[in-house]
Amino acid sequence: MSRLLALIRKEFLALLKDPRSRFVIIGPPIIQLLVFGYAATFDLNDVPLAVYNESGSQASRELIARFVNSPSFQQVATIEHDSRIAPLIERRRALLVLHIGPQFERHLREGTTADVQVIVDGRNSNTAMIASGYAQTIIRNFSIDYAGRSGTEAPPATITSRAWFNPNLLSRWFIVPGIVGLLTLVVTMLVTALSVAREREQGTFDQLLVTPYQPWEILIGKAIPGFLIGLVEATFIILVAVLWFGVPLRGDLSTLYTGIALFLLSAIGVGLMISSLSVTQQQGLLGAFLFLVPAIILSGFSTPIANMPPAVQQLTYLNPMRYFMIILRGVFLEGTPFELLISQFWPLAVIGVTTMLSAAWLFRRRMY
Amino acid sequence: MMDESAASVVPGQPATPGHSTQNDAAKPVVADDVVLWAEGLTKTFSAKPNDVTAVRGLSVRVRAHRITGLIGPDGAGKTTLMRLAAGLLVPDEGRIEVLGLDCVRDQAAVQARVGYMPQRFGLYEDLSVQENLDLYADLHGVPQAIRGRRYDELMRMTGLAPFTARLAGRLSGGMKQKLGLACVLVHPPQLLLLDEPTVGVDPVSRRELWAIVNRFVEHEGTSVLMSTAYLDEAERCDEVIVLDEGSLIGQGPPSQFSRPLTGRTFRVRATGLGPRDVQTHLALRSEVIDAVIQGDAVRVVLTEAAASQPDSVLTGLEQAVIESVPPRFEDGFIATLRAKRSAGSAARSPVPTARAEPAARDGLVISVRHVQRRFGEFLAVNDISFDVPRGEVFGLLGANGAGKTTLFRMLCGLLPASGGTLQVAGVDVRKTAARARARIGYMSQKFSLYGTLSVQDNLQFFSSAYGLSGRRRRDRIDWALTEFELGPIGDQTSGGLPLGYKQRLALACALMHEPEIIFLDEPTSGVDPLARREFWQRINSLVHQGVTVLVTTHFMEEAEYCDRMAIMMSGRLLALGTPSEIKQQAVSPERPEPTMEDAFIALIESKPPAGGAHA
Repeated sequence: MSRLLALIRKEFLALLKDPRSRFVIIGPPIIQLLVFGYAATFDLNDVPLAVYNESGSQASRELIARFVNSPSFQQVATIEHDSRIAPLIERRRALLVLHIGPQFERHLREGTTADVQVIVDGRNSNTAMIASGYAQTIIRNFSIDYAGRSGTEAPPATITSRAWFNPNLLSRWFIVPGIVGLLTLVVTMLVTALSVAREREQGTFDQLLVTPYQPWEILIGKAIPGFLIGLVEATFIILVAVLWFGVPLRGDLSTLYTGIALFLLSAIGVGLMISSLSVTQQQGLLGAFLFLVPAIILSGFSTPIANMPPAVQQLTYLNPMRYFMIILRGVFLEGTPFELLISQFWPLAVIGVTTMLSAAWLFRRRMY
Repeated sequence: MMDESAASVVPGQPATPGHSTQNDAAKPVVADDVVLWAEGLTKTFSAKPNDVTAVRGLSVRVRAHRITGLIGPDGAGKTTLMRLAAGLLVPDEGRIEVLGLDCVRDQAAVQARVGYMPQRFGLYEDLSVQENLDLYADLHGVPQAIRGRRYDELMRMTGLAPFTARLAGRLSGGMKQKLGLACVLVHPPQLLLLDEPTVGVDPVSRRELWAIVNRFVEHEGTSVLMSTAYLDEAERCDEVIVLDEGSLIGQGPPSQFSRPLTGRTFRVRATGLGPRDVQTHLALRSEVIDAVIQGDAVRVVLTEAAASQPDSVLTGLEQAVIESVPPRFEDGFIATLRAKRSAGSAARSPVPTARAEPAARDGLVISVRHVQRRFGEFLAVNDISFDVPRGEVFGLLGANGAGKTTLFRMLCGLLPASGGTLQVAGVDVRKTAARARARIGYMSQKFSLYGTLSVQDNLQFFSSAYGLSGRRRRDRIDWALTEFELGPIGDQTSGGLPLGYKQRLALACALMHEPEIIFLDEPTSGVDPLARREFWQRINSLVHQGVTVLVTTHFMEEAEYCDRMAIMMSGRLLALGTPSEIKQQAVSPERPEPTMEDAFIALIESKPPAGGAHA
């Protein structure tokens, strides 16, 4: 036992004293937390808006005020002529042009349909859709209010939507729990995938192999530091998510950590498999990214698995990230209890045990 | 007893006879006689935690149409000087000129006239021999018209003519070096810079490389600057530049270094005692500057005062005879280094030797029977059998690719054998490798320690790895820190230590669990000759306590330190016996006292060439 502890201690010292591997543990989490926490969002704020108001009436001014006062839009230009619309959009000065016709208020008063034209830059379809959605909401609210005030006929039915779990539909609430999985995976993979390769490259692996350590002891000695570092990393990001980004953590911590432990097992298994196969650190790094990129894309981290072609959807069942994402979002936003996540826990456990066993097998075979 | 030989000896000569031609600061330098000229050259590399000054205020001259040797241990600045001369580095201070051109300003012109062969020459392993030659001819713009004749000549000289279609990656180490040299010579340079071209190359290829270089010097008037780690090669140079820690120790013909020691070099033989005991005895005496084992005798260098009375060193040794031998370059080199080092620190550290009763040599500790190792089609080790009794130093000798490392790894349990039986310390390595491993110590050529860990951390880890704990562990760590004088640097990061310290730490780590057998894989390659002597003194004291040592080396001279040795070639055992027995096989009328290298070459030439793919 003391021999195993010495091995684990050595592993930690080697990892933490080497500036390069220290960076691997500290650098990516901070950078990615900032990138994903602040930059990666589906919400649109301050959409550049150009206003072409031909009506000049009180009603039109009220509608424009609703746009300008909403946090989603910011007025960047006022247009007086048709010909000005195209250049503004083309040069990306405005993403959306609100065009109110000269008859706007008259039509409103007459109770007939008053048209409002919204021109959107469709080059980025996703943004265009979200921006026009915002515009529709503002215009609909305006119509309902106007109808209520003027006593004209109200629309027969209106939608009142209420989003559960994320009432303000903040995309940060959706993304940040995912980062826990993403970063834990990246750091654990890098730490374990490089560990054997680093020793091979520096020639210390032979020196380790001539000691009386059994191959499984060496494997455990490599796995435990990865596990502990992954655990610390996950805890750090959970704390940042809750305390800094204000994401609610509604579920049970024990449920969450069961998921983390099982997920780490599979991440370490894959990392050690890559490590046993690679001779140089470069190969280890390449192997790690060869696994990381598809694992993240096929996890449902950013795009829903349900939108993927059926064959690819089948493939995601092999991806430990997939189960972990469900656990994370479940525990964070829904407060899903342990029993309901068992269907996610057992596949993770199966993947973890399988990868660890294959790593052990590869390790024995590639020892020489 | 041997008074007449002692009397015939010329007493130590004063240092400056009429010979010294290089101290001619007053004499103007003849421009076309000097091909490389450096003045006050300094180059520092920034490295954590301390900057490394590879070359420090170096001033040297290399003369035309001759071979100048660049001698010094690893880290002496040999490669840096070469790279400065090739215009690949810019000096921090001082100037360097090659063929009258400034290496910094006229870098392109210098590179067109100079041929530089780095330690690992850039052969394209996936191209054939011919394609490599064509590539270098194209790079240097050699006209098509003269290529044919030049290729023929180079292929004939290197003996590569039958292999022009073979991929460079599939050549043996010696053949690769020869091809590398051929590629440099495709466009004959005026100055040839060769960086350790013969390291790890088998003696036959080494001899051929020298023949090629000599031929170019004689016929084409090429000037050569060649660095080497082998001190016996220094004697083949017309002139040598000796470096240590970036500064110049001396420059001149090799005889200039050995001449002051004329009359101070002797050989001691004692019939009653083994050479190792004789050496241990002699090395402790203050009048002995250097004592090394040479087969069954010990070669000593005495201080000037003691040289007139050489018999005096024999007190305490029974039935010993001392005879005068001519000095070698190495003797001069050691004497110079010793003088330089002892000026700074205390005198050479006396390695404590256990004066216990020598352990009995009983029983076999290593037994190898018909061992084979196959890599695909290729037999790296082919049917090898030998035994090593307890307390013996057994050497495995061979060029790179001879199979010695493969055999070595199998003995340590790092590589499974394809066939045969291997027993180490009575344990079958093929069945219970872990049990065998607990009883061996292992130290490899790269001194593979955890570079980011401190000296203490390394010792702690390896002691625990071998299952030491509590008091015993503390005692062993203390022992290592005192015995190997590592105490003062215990907290330093081991990666930044000088090579000599790394080697000591590696040996200390391998000895934490007091193993019965130690395996040393090229333990002294790259360390300076003083550190090598100190290392062997430690090994000798271990052997004295009954430890068995198995060592691989490509230093022919180091083979002399072994009790018995095996010479390997193409995976087979070429010879097995004591160093004297092996040298005996090469005795001929014209060579009454062959060196180990002569014996190696004679052995290879007496056997028909192996028909294997790995020629």
